[in-house]
Amino acid sequence: MIGHLHRIWDSDLCWSFRQSPVAMVSACISTVLIVCAILAPLIAPYNPFDPSTLNLMNGFSRPMEPNPFTGEIFLLGTDDQGRDMLSTILYGMRISLFVGFMAVIFAMVLGVLLGLFAAYAGGRADAIIMRIADVQLTFPAILVAILIFGIAKGFTPVHLRDQMAIWVLILSIGLSDWVQFARVARGAALVEVQKEYVEAAILIGRKPGIIIFRHILPNVVSPILVIATISLALAIILEATLSFLGVGAPPTEPSLGTLIRIGQSFFFSGEWWILFFPATTLLMLALSVNLLGDWLRDALNPKLGE
Amino acid sequence: MMALLEIKNMMVEFPNRRGNFTAVEDTSIEVAAGEILGIVGESGAGKSTIGNAVMGLLQAPGRLGEGKVYLNGSRIDGLSGEQLRKLRGNRIGMIFQDPMTSLNPIETMEMQLVETIQEHLGLSQNEASTRAVDLLERVGIENAKERIKQYPHQFSGGMRQRVVIALALCAEPELIIADEPTTALDVSIQAQILDLIKELCREKQVGVILITHDMGVIAETTDRVAVMYKGRLIEAGSTTDVIHNPRKPYSKSLIAAVPPSNRKIERFPKVAMDDSDGGRLQNFDLSSHWLGRGKRFKDTGNALISVRHISKRFPLNSAILKRKRTYIDAIRDISFDVMPGETFGLVGESGSGKSTVARVITGIHPATSGSIVFADTDLAKIKSGAERRRIRRDVQMVFQDPYSSLNGRMRVGTIIAEPIIVNRLAGTKVERESVVLDLLDLVGLGRDAARKYPHEFSGGQRQRISIARALATRPRFLICDEPTSALDVSIQAQILNLLKDLQEQLNLTYLFISHDMPVMRQMCDRIGVMRNGKLVETSETEALFNDPQHDYTKSLIELMPKFTK
Repeated sequence: MIGHLHRIWDSDLCWSFRQSPVAMVSACISTVLIVCAILAPLIAPYNPFDPSTLNLMNGFSRPMEPNPFTGEIFLLGTDDQGRDMLSTILYGMRISLFVGFMAVIFAMVLGVLLGLFAAYAGGRADAIIMRIADVQLTFPAILVAILIFGIAKGFTPVHLRDQMAIWVLILSIGLSDWVQFARVARGAALVEVQKEYVEAAILIGRKPGIIIFRHILPNVVSPILVIATISLALAIILEATLSFLGVGAPPTEPSLGTLIRIGQSFFFSGEWWILFFPATTLLMLALSVNLLGDWLRDALNPKLGE
Repeated sequence: MMALLEIKNMMVEFPNRRGNFTAVEDTSIEVAAGEILGIVGESGAGKSTIGNAVMGLLQAPGRLGEGKVYLNGSRIDGLSGEQLRKLRGNRIGMIFQDPMTSLNPIETMEMQLVETIQEHLGLSQNEASTRAVDLLERVGIENAKERIKQYPHQFSGGMRQRVVIALALCAEPELIIADEPTTALDVSIQAQILDLIKELCREKQVGVILITHDMGVIAETTDRVAVMYKGRLIEAGSTTDVIHNPRKPYSKSLIAAVPPSNRKIERFPKVAMDDSDGGRLQNFDLSSHWLGRGKRFKDTGNALISVRHISKRFPLNSAILKRKRTYIDAIRDISFDVMPGETFGLVGESGSGKSTVARVITGIHPATSGSIVFADTDLAKIKSGAERRRIRRDVQMVFQDPYSSLNGRMRVGTIIAEPIIVNRLAGTKVERESVVLDLLDLVGLGRDAARKYPHEFSGGQRQRISIARALATRPRFLICDEPTSALDVSIQAQILNLLKDLQEQLNLTYLFISHDMPVMRQMCDRIGVMRNGKLVETSETEALFNDPQHDYTKSLIELMPKFTK
């Protein structure tokens, strides 16, 4: 066990991680943010979804200052409803991250499956899958997501809409993002398919499905991992954008994007903190994940380094 | 006589995160004008590093740790980038391995030559142009005046290498460093390029350093040879001396490992310097072992495999309309028989279709026409998938590239166990595991190998893993597609020995594919010569070498580098 840990610690990937201050700082920030989001119910001072704990008198409290009416102090202030910003951000981040992770996983499973299949099957199947991907790429991701969101909403019963909103969001972000995974998986798999170990697997009698999953997939994991990390940052931003436009997470379950949308209506009347703190959190989250992805890409591809 | 190039106590190191890797250590070499010095060694011996260090082309983070380099008496190590740049091309020319990538594809030959000539000699455009045409004529390109206007893709590999040589000659350098100049070329073109280098060396009194791993090339071309091993100079001397009378154990083993071109030897002498030699399973009894079980050998006196008139065409484009599709015929009308227990060889230059034949037989690429009868079963007539898998199990393959033929994400034990699991050849897990370990023993790797990953092994060891995997289906027929062409010569000797031993012990039949005539002579009972997708001659090995019938076979045999001890 110890030896195993030591091997991981001593691996080239770990070494390159220890050599990169950017990667280490990004990893710290994203870990802290993710842990905070997961532990939100435990560490948040208030439960922003419980209307009984809200006091309208607390509305518009400035950060770190006692409320003029109730004397309560809120670290990051409150919004118009008197909700504690820190708690809303923690819970909002939870939703942002949940949507982001789920959407990336969905996009990854779909994209990698289609990409690997296209690469292995070749010919017409390959052409059809990749042309669909090309067509989808000509639309901006946000447009695709809104389109899917709108259509999906039309099919969900009205009383379920708010509950389903998150899942519809995941579906629409995932469907707008699978192309990246399909292209990367296909590209990497095309190289692997040429290799002789695939031929050897055919010769010993392996069936295509097993060759794809047991032989090819493990060899294309690293580029997919890189895309997944970068896609996570993009998915979080896409979710925030959708929520900002009002088509994403409902106000009852606000994500960071919803908070920013709420905040921007107060920004010019002087209540800057309602916008500023959710926006900063989103920035830190997306930036640190993105930088981590950049580092991972460089570390797994030594040719890009000097 | 003063040496043209003198390297004194050269040490080249590559700092990395775990300290310094010394690529070349304490090496002193001299080259005289008009002399061809060969530097020979196996991969990782540091031979290319010497050439790069002289040229100041060491790749970062490599650096010249110690040593002095003199060109015509003046020191050239430690020169600044600008001075080195003037030196390169002007006084030292370089010829690289791959002619496909050493020319700029978007410039005509004229643009590339004229640019280089003007850079070094400061001639006018017209003068440089005339000189460029002269140079091309001198390296043997016909119609130089017209061809100089063409782009690299309009030239064949051999022609491009001639242009690369012309580029190296632009400024009449005193020294040419040729780093594996013919490794990427077919044997017939190799002979022409080597002749050209020899001729230039005599005519212009240029000193040449010829870096290669091929002892045949060394024997045919060089005046003196330096043998390198693991960054050290082992032995240097006149080529005939070193080849016929090597003094150091490493040189002896290296030379012993080279397949002689003039006769057939039963086994290569024990050649191991570091890699373990193929340990044979002691007292291996086929009849009681798993490997001998389930054999359905009925010696009917018929051929084990009989290939009749097979052709294979590949589509060049995938047009929807049938009449718009164009095809290339990879192989045409190939017929041969392989008798049980013999080794049938297919020899030919790159693109002759020998690998396609292998893949048609294994079923990876189904034949366009023709039939294959394996053990009295016509493969085309098999309908059931189970039957096809059972036959396919009997035909296994050892691949050319030991780096791409093993899945790097699987442990060696899993790789070898996979065929047994897929084909349900072992009753229990215990039996399976013991079979895997026996196979590892059989190919001379040792049982510890099962728990390791492929990247922990060298090329030769990986090839042993590949052989063990092929044996794990209990095949009768093994196709070896250039199994040693990616390996060093001493490792090649070990693998060839191993293949011979296995054939004897397991009663295997081989189809052995190679471009290397001396290797074919050692391995095969009968040989088929392929050219442009056709089988031009089939004959018993010794008869083929002693009395070739077809003109193409004659030229192949004449042009192969002769290596006789």
